[in-house]
Amino acid sequence: MTNSSESFGKKSLQTTVLPILAIVVFALLGQGLEVITNQYVQLVLLYVCANIIFAVSLNLVNGFTGQFSIGHAGFMAVGAYVSAYLSTSVVTQPGFFDFIWFAIAGGLVAAADGYVGGLPSLRLRGDYLAIVTLGFGEIIRVVLLNMPAVGGARGLGGIPRPAQIELGDFILTPFYLGYLQSIFWVIVTLVVLWRLVHSVHGRTFLSVREDEIAAQAMGINTTSVKVRAFVIAAFFAGIAGSVFAHSAQYLIPQTFAFTKSVDAIIMVVLGGMGSITGSVFAAVVVTLLPEFVLRPLADYTGVDLRMVIYSLALILFMIARPQGIFGTREINDLWRRK
Amino acid sequence: MSDLTQEFIQHVINGVSLGSIYALIALGYTMVYGILQLINFAHSEVYMVGAFAAYYGARHLGLNNSPGITTLIILLVFAMVVCSVLGVTIERFAYRPLRKAPKLNILITAIGVSLLLQYSGQIIFGADPKVFPNVLDDSVLAMIGTVELRTFDIAILGVSLFFTAVLTWMIQYTKIGKAMRAVSTNHVVASLMGINVDRVISFTFIIGSSLAGVGAVLVGMKYPKIDPLMGTLIGLKAFVAAVLGGIGSLGGAVLGGVLMGLSEEMVVAYLSSTYRDAFAFGLLILILIFRPAGLLGKASQEKV
Amino acid sequence: MSSPQGEVILEAKDVTMQFGGLKAVDTFNIALRKGELAGLIGPNGAGKTTVFNVLTGVYKPTKGDVHLCGVDIRPLKPFKISHLGISRTFQNIRLFRDLSVIDNVLIAAHQHAEYTMLDSVLRLPKHFWGEAHLRKQALELLHIFNLDKKADYQAGGLPYGEQRKLEIIRALATEPKMLFLDEPAAGMNHKESESLMETIAKIRKDFGLTVLLIEHDMKLVMGICERILVLDHGVTISQGNPEHVRKDPKVIAAYLGADFDQGVDRG
Repeated sequence: MTNSSESFGKKSLQTTVLPILAIVVFALLGQGLEVITNQYVQLVLLYVCANIIFAVSLNLVNGFTGQFSIGHAGFMAVGAYVSAYLSTSVVTQPGFFDFIWFAIAGGLVAAADGYVGGLPSLRLRGDYLAIVTLGFGEIIRVVLLNMPAVGGARGLGGIPRPAQIELGDFILTPFYLGYLQSIFWVIVTLVVLWRLVHSVHGRTFLSVREDEIAAQAMGINTTSVKVRAFVIAAFFAGIAGSVFAHSAQYLIPQTFAFTKSVDAIIMVVLGGMGSITGSVFAAVVVTLLPEFVLRPLADYTGVDLRMVIYSLALILFMIARPQGIFGTREINDLWRRK
Repeated sequence: MSDLTQEFIQHVINGVSLGSIYALIALGYTMVYGILQLINFAHSEVYMVGAFAAYYGARHLGLNNSPGITTLIILLVFAMVVCSVLGVTIERFAYRPLRKAPKLNILITAIGVSLLLQYSGQIIFGADPKVFPNVLDDSVLAMIGTVELRTFDIAILGVSLFFTAVLTWMIQYTKIGKAMRAVSTNHVVASLMGINVDRVISFTFIIGSSLAGVGAVLVGMKYPKIDPLMGTLIGLKAFVAAVLGGIGSLGGAVLGGVLMGLSEEMVVAYLSSTYRDAFAFGLLILILIFRPAGLLGKASQEKV
Repeated sequence: MSSPQGEVILEAKDVTMQFGGLKAVDTFNIALRKGELAGLIGPNGAGKTTVFNVLTGVYKPTKGDVHLCGVDIRPLKPFKISHLGISRTFQNIRLFRDLSVIDNVLIAAHQHAEYTMLDSVLRLPKHFWGEAHLRKQALELLHIFNLDKKADYQAGGLPYGEQRKLEIIRALATEPKMLFLDEPAAGMNHKESESLMETIAKIRKDFGLTVLLIEHDMKLVMGICERILVLDHGVTISQGNPEHVRKDPKVIAAYLGADFDQGVDRG
């Protein structure tokens, strides 16, 4: 292995190119998608993006750091509402790049909430921590329910998508622009979390999961690591919320009830706690399944089996295959000798 | 006695009545936690199934409108049996396979079971609320000034005290009770002493679930509207009660339940009813931050 | 073996550790000098691991104080104490079992990483340089016990003896001044234990460490320790060089029934 600074520089450059390339590829794909799909499918695709970010962010806390966070929807709600509030009531006629700021704002406020939500981990372990996170998520929902500024129980509607851009004959529709932003955030999330976890700092998350006492003996401030995980995860959950808000264009607090947190738990468990690839895969499946399989089934049988199937799946996976589909493997294990 | 005092006493009666129900359900939570270190999320749904079992049982036996002690007893037995069976089944098939798994896994499974029961319940029983059969005549048995002692409250208090007494006797004076105490202290040593840990755990679930069944009938009697999601809120409050009293401690569950009922009643009566439910969560968070061991519990130290 | 002349770097004065009614450690005193290789022995349940736990901040002593290079470490959390230069292994092996051998070592080296989280997220050259550097150091450490060939193996899958060695390497990776080893030879047969003890002595020399070790096997401890403290039921019943301790009647009485003169072969 060459240790010259030249090869480090080359590696650095290589890893920068890849995400940019991914964005370009998906951007091009998006044009094609727009042509062959209808509005409903387009909306579902945007939901997939939001759920990928949501699931991967929860995986950081539950999968990589081994903490019990079961109120994650609360952070998504914060991000959704903050960014939607900005795009509806604060900024009139938002431009394309304004949406990026809305998302970041949503993420930052969610991160602040994540800090508060992560503080109980100073004193609490396991089941107790889980209950507190659950409570925290519910409190956020109840607060939003009682906040007239964001519509309360009636909800917040009319959330815009980026305005259409015309480049000569070429038209970039609001959907396409929204899609671009969503893809952008998906890639940013995946890249940041991947790089974080695969670094010396990321390994401290794993050490907390594996054995807190040993980690402390090795000089790791486990409490600060846990809070850090909560904050980072909350930030990206907030981003997911923003993506969701600007895709659905209408928000009600009920969307972010405990059921939504359970969705995230299912995605993380199914994909594998500790596998980013797994969370991506699971997010896609868990978003598409109800839309394209369960809903038609429900229409046919008259019975909504979604949650029954999900809860059953949760139980079966935990008993028979707790490591989920991917365990802790990542996609690059395919071509890397481990 | 002044009006204010009388009103206060009425609230105390209501609070203790409510609290005894919380206590019954809290006992289930605390016993399972004491023995498995697991928050049995599904307990609230076992309670819900108990209510429906009594409902369907009453319909089947034509007891829909024959209030009386016999009806009460029959419904109690019905609910207790169904709940025990359900509780033991859940333990056997969902929790036992995960005995050696990381805690997070079993927690998630418990959540899964809880959701499964809720949503299956909605499909099987229908999401619309049903009306619980008439268990007792709601009449006033005695009056002290304007303070009313109604049959419901007496029944609730009486039944709760009865079962709590039976439980206490069982834990203190029977062999199985001793075994339960042993297993909750240290199940490895208990098994080395020849105790069949699996059986003791199943038995614990039977007891805990039965008590939930009792609670369900009492609740159905007093608040006759039942629906598949009825377990969530009361389960949460009973859980908070168990934590308040000190999770793992039976006396704590009873104390916590009564305190919970009393304080909820007082909050609604003297503060505002909108905060009734939020109060439980808020209290929980406060307890966990300031005194996680609860009133009667003791903090444990991990061996390094 | 010459007696070390270094300054005192760890001092425990009248440390008592009480758990409810049980006095696990009673008035424990030690003054470790820089570069010393000392041993803590005693029958099972004597309180040796409890002493370790007090000295490394896992427990706060009920009475007494502990000073590391003059700093009172009692109010400090274990991770802070690690930063001050103490590192340890555990009686019941606490490896990061699901992680690889080298990851265990890399995590311990985390304090000394010279690149930040931001560097890693942006994948700046500094990150790659830093990771390569840490990896190189980790492999060198693993080489001490010939574990570098198993760098990518799952830690939990290693044979017991190698797990113990890995724990020692992990402790070394924090670049400590003091190394506390809790029964490092447990479960090893006599030959392995001897070889381990030689390696420990070598590590002490090569890394300029002060070492405190807990062991059952008297013969091993006599072989390399310059000073030995003997605990029984929490009380220090003897202290001194190996010869003194071996002949001390109180020590013999405490070990009555155990075959300490010949060592016990744990194959």
